[in-house]
Amino acid sequence: MSVLIFLDQSEGQIKKSSLEAASYGAKVAQQLSTSAEAIVLGNVTDDLAAIGNYGIGKVHTINNDALNNMDAQVYAKLIAEVATSIGAKVIIFSNNFNGKAITPRLSVRLKAGLVSGAVALPDTTNGFTVKKNVFSGKAFANVTINTDIKIIALNPNSYSITTTDAKAEVLPFATTADASKVQVISTDKVVGEIPLSEAEIVVSGGRGLKGPENWAMVTDLAKLLGAATACSRPVADSDWRPHHEHVGQTGLAIAPNLYFAIGISGAIQHLAGVNRSKVIVVINKDPEAPFFKAADYGIVGDAFEVMPKIIDAVKKLKGV
Amino acid sequence: MKILVCISKTPDTTAKIAFADNNTKFAADGVQWIINPYDEWYALVRAIELKEADPSTVIHLVTVGGADCDPIIRKALALGGDEAIRVNADSHDSFYIASQIAEIAKKGSYDLVFTGKETIDYNGSSVGGMVAELLDMPYVSLATKFTLSGTDAEIVREIEGGEETDKVTLPLVVSCQKGMAEQRIPNMKGIMGARSKPLNVVEPVAVDALTSIASFDLPPAKASVKLVSPDTPEELVRLLHEEAKVI
Ligand SMILES: Cc1cc2nc3c(=O)[nH]c(=O)nc-3n(C[C@H](O)[C@H](O)[C@H](O)COP(=O)(O)OP(=O)(O)OC[C@H]3O[C@@H](n4cnc5c(N)ncnc54)[C@H](O)[C@@H]3O)c2cc1C
Ligand SMILES: Nc1ncnc2c1ncn2[C@@H]1O[C@H](COP(=O)(O)O)[C@@H](O)[C@H]1O
Repeated sequence: MSVLIFLDQSEGQIKKSSLEAASYGAKVAQQLSTSAEAIVLGNVTDDLAAIGNYGIGKVHTINNDALNNMDAQVYAKLIAEVATSIGAKVIIFSNNFNGKAITPRLSVRLKAGLVSGAVALPDTTNGFTVKKNVFSGKAFANVTINTDIKIIALNPNSYSITTTDAKAEVLPFATTADASKVQVISTDKVVGEIPLSEAEIVVSGGRGLKGPENWAMVTDLAKLLGAATACSRPVADSDWRPHHEHVGQTGLAIAPNLYFAIGISGAIQHLAGVNRSKVIVVINKDPEAPFFKAADYGIVGDAFEVMPKIIDAVKKLKGV
Repeated sequence: MKILVCISKTPDTTAKIAFADNNTKFAADGVQWIINPYDEWYALVRAIELKEADPSTVIHLVTVGGADCDPIIRKALALGGDEAIRVNADSHDSFYIASQIAEIAKKGSYDLVFTGKETIDYNGSSVGGMVAELLDMPYVSLATKFTLSGTDAEIVREIEGGEETDKVTLPLVVSCQKGMAEQRIPNMKGIMGARSKPLNVVEPVAVDALTSIASFDLPPAKASVKLVSPDTPEELVRLLHEEAKVI
């Protein structure tokens, strides 16, 4: 028996959300008095022995160029093979985009119950129950997995990375991968920007900013804080900002440490995508804006007057 | 071309979320039900657009749920499906639901199965991938664009920090999100026509659920907001740095 963690990589580097999954998996292994092992697919440039720092004893690798693009069908089969060969009873993923594609297939393959969107460690006192987000962050469900093998997809930013000083054993896993039926024609990544789903700080603007020409107050603050930028749905719908920035019920759901909302009313569908943020700051000139009910800090004031002063204060704090 | 669109019912996005029976059940009293937005706005509308481009296309809808789903299935038919199948079972286990859908999909030999990105109530994001595995078909998740030429699909899907364009030969399963299509409102002709479209109710196949919901919790109530005067915005920066320690 062991706990297996899937380490998701992008351009050879292990994603931060996977390091959270690794820390979480190591803790689950401890809970079950067993060992934590990991699997990584494709060519990795990161030093995999260093994954030991997250509590992982062994890292199984399948180093194959063809695996640099994620195809859920091919991946699920390989992960199932490794899981079976090491007798993994709990398999842990980040519930990021790739996790959402692979885990359902793996669940079917291994007849393993899946909880996606987990936010806490499993309760193993009586069965195996995992807390997950439901109703777009408005509630939690405690879901019991009734199968021998269990799969957990952990929401990004819901478990803190913990490190120790240890080295993992890196073990190439000998197998052959199926040819993918999905041909990748191109990938288009926003370079130099922090992906919204991985950002610890997010600065976001709404219709209160009046037009795209006023977005410097959002992007300048984001740059100073090393933050990603986001927006409300009408802002993306009016093409003031790119669609991938849209957060909420129908956009991306995020859970950064700090969500900074400027000129956003805080409609329930917007909150659905951001209410898991640890600290919410709202700048809105309307004291009745619903967002203040969900906020930790706020300023009732005109963004056009307040934001330049905030940006100055942050510059001072950062010494720039 | 035959397309199967998976339609689920969810509480309206503004519904009050509360639980009954000792926090083991969603309190559905007085709740307005809608078609899950991803299923309606993106999966179904994109399927309708494909049919508009090629009128020989057939669109079937599938819902796993009780008779209380019928009004939302009729609405989906009013938007444009040709006929609907309801598998008469109530479950929140993704594997159980996916197994029922896969059974329908096998019988109907569809070229394309569309699902929404996720249900906005249980947020599984799992049914599409499970259906694909059960059918042994490729699965492209979180698609934002979908075009067809013959039996080749070109699909743009969201990846961390960007997008990827894929080419896949049918048959295949796709989960749909924003970008795929624009929301539509059913018109009078559609609404009238929907009444005479077939809605076939079938009984579920025997499948064991892999998970069960033990209970629900509501998040703890949030402490009230700490307001900073608009005259001293720098105070906010100090609080975020020293008190909240997030910057
Ligand atoms: C099914 C459904 C799904 C939806 N999904 C989403 C979603 O995913 N994401 C989303 O965001 N929305 C979504 N919406 C839309 C949502 O209901 C709101 O309409 C939207 O969030 C409003 O955007 P906003 O706050 O930017 O604009 P508004 O509601 O117009 O609010 C602008 C705010 O700016 C403030 N303001 C104006 N001027 C200033 C100033 N000078 N300084 C400071 N503040 C100022 C105003 O007081 C106001 O509160 C959805 C709606 C539906 C029905
Ligand atoms: N009960 C159901 N009946 C039909 N389709 C469903 C059902 N539940 C989920 N789906 C489909 O699967 C998608 C993903 O659902 P989920 O995995 O529950 O988030 C939804 O957007 C629907 O298209």
